[in-house]
Amino acid sequence: MKYALKAYPQLLRTGFAEAVAYRAEFLIWMFSTNMPLVMLALWAAVARSGPVGAYTQKGFAAYYLATLLVRLLTGSWVVWEMTMEIRSGTLALRLLRPIHPLLAYSAENLAAVPMRSIVAIPLIVIFLWNVRDQLAGDPLIWVLLAPALLGAWLLTFLVMAIIGTLGLWLESATSLFEAWLGISSILSGYLIPLDLFPGSVRAVALVLPFRFLLSFPVELALGRVDRAQALLLLAAQWGYVAVALLATRTLWRAGLRRYAAYGG
Amino acid sequence: MRTVNVIRAQLRASVALAVQYRLDFVVEGLLALLWMGVTLVPVIVVFQNRPQVSGWTFPEMLLVLGWFVALKGFLEGAISPSLMNVIEHVRKGTLDFVLLKPVDAQLLVSLAKIEPWRSVDLFGAAAIFLYAFHRLGRWPRPEHVLLAAAMLLAAILVMYSIAIVVVSIAFFAVRVDNLLYLFQSIFDVARWPVSIFRGFLAIFFTYILPLALMTTYPALALLGKLTLPTAAGALLGTALFAAFARAIWRLSIGKYTSASS
Repeated sequence: MKYALKAYPQLLRTGFAEAVAYRAEFLIWMFSTNMPLVMLALWAAVARSGPVGAYTQKGFAAYYLATLLVRLLTGSWVVWEMTMEIRSGTLALRLLRPIHPLLAYSAENLAAVPMRSIVAIPLIVIFLWNVRDQLAGDPLIWVLLAPALLGAWLLTFLVMAIIGTLGLWLESATSLFEAWLGISSILSGYLIPLDLFPGSVRAVALVLPFRFLLSFPVELALGRVDRAQALLLLAAQWGYVAVALLATRTLWRAGLRRYAAYGG
Repeated sequence: MRTVNVIRAQLRASVALAVQYRLDFVVEGLLALLWMGVTLVPVIVVFQNRPQVSGWTFPEMLLVLGWFVALKGFLEGAISPSLMNVIEHVRKGTLDFVLLKPVDAQLLVSLAKIEPWRSVDLFGAAAIFLYAFHRLGRWPRPEHVLLAAAMLLAAILVMYSIAIVVVSIAFFAVRVDNLLYLFQSIFDVARWPVSIFRGFLAIFFTYILPLALMTTYPALALLGKLTLPTAAGALLGTALFAAFARAIWRLSIGKYTSASS
């Protein structure tokens, strides 16, 4: 553990250098995250004739720009990398190193965040400046946003790691992840604000883990929750993170026992 | 005749390649259904709040979505996988083997890889159309179906031509191999009728990146609302753009220098 802590900053630096080296690809990947803008186009047209629920045209703009920002900052790709390395057998190389592969993956994914911010933040800040009256006014809420974003990043990463680890058993782990992505895009508020769903669907969506991947930080930034609720939700989010961490650990141990590297 | 034979052989080979993975067939088919649901949910939520959006009622909007689902299936099931191969060929230098064959290279690479399970999307689109016309309470007239079919062909041709142009960039800059993904994600805009856009975006998605032609016009044609001059203009534009894409492809092939040792 002590060793890992010492190695981690260097891993982050390496990951950052890699992100810089592949900057063209990186940019294009970031631009292909455009679903929030596509949804915004529709809702903006809808809200032209008056607000929908609590959302005016400006409200929708704020919601979807915040969604885009959270998605850009909390994104990972570890599941693709893991399944590829399991299939090609290069996971064996990672196992030989004196640092836990999942830690190494997390460093690579985390190291991309500064690069994502450099590209995303100026753009989004300009937009948010135009809709700043839609944002939370309470400074404490903004303080809570930091752990909420970290929690969202961790939860996203861990879900990917869990499904990636399942790749040790299943050949179609990426399909499983696609299914998760589809369900999550509805229930995490990525496509539609959760409070626009009919009552029963919303009640379910609000307690499932999907909300804490995306909607929760957005709700904070838009000032949709008060202090007490925010603290409670943050606790729930980190509860899910703890569960996911435990699940990842257990599955990884069990999976490695049956792992036989392919290839020579 | 020879061309037809080549196309038949190519299709047979790529289908045979795909059906080896029977489990994938089921899994990917189910996933296609799931994504269709994901596409529909936002529209259902929107129309719970409004009877119409930018002049489109729910069943009319479903027609646009039907074309979108079908075309997306076509793009991700046939066009993209094949052309993604080209980029791989360019990087490895194996495009030599394609160019050496005594058949048109564009034809060969365009049908190289097909994912037959995406045909689920076509059935899904058919189901959406049936439901939409059921809700509308009338059926499209034959001449409107004919016009819609013509617009569909134009849509496919434009989509394919854009993909060809994007892939041609790979000959000059090998590092941008995910540009095709970028186009796929921009295509997501085509799920809405173009009339929801105002100002610059409306012009952009009608004339510069003609997503309007791909889903809005065929839907309007089915509804009998597409005027003949617009349709004629769209078809002419399509023909010109296809010729342009072909020219770009030939130019790029000319620039190709094998990457192998």
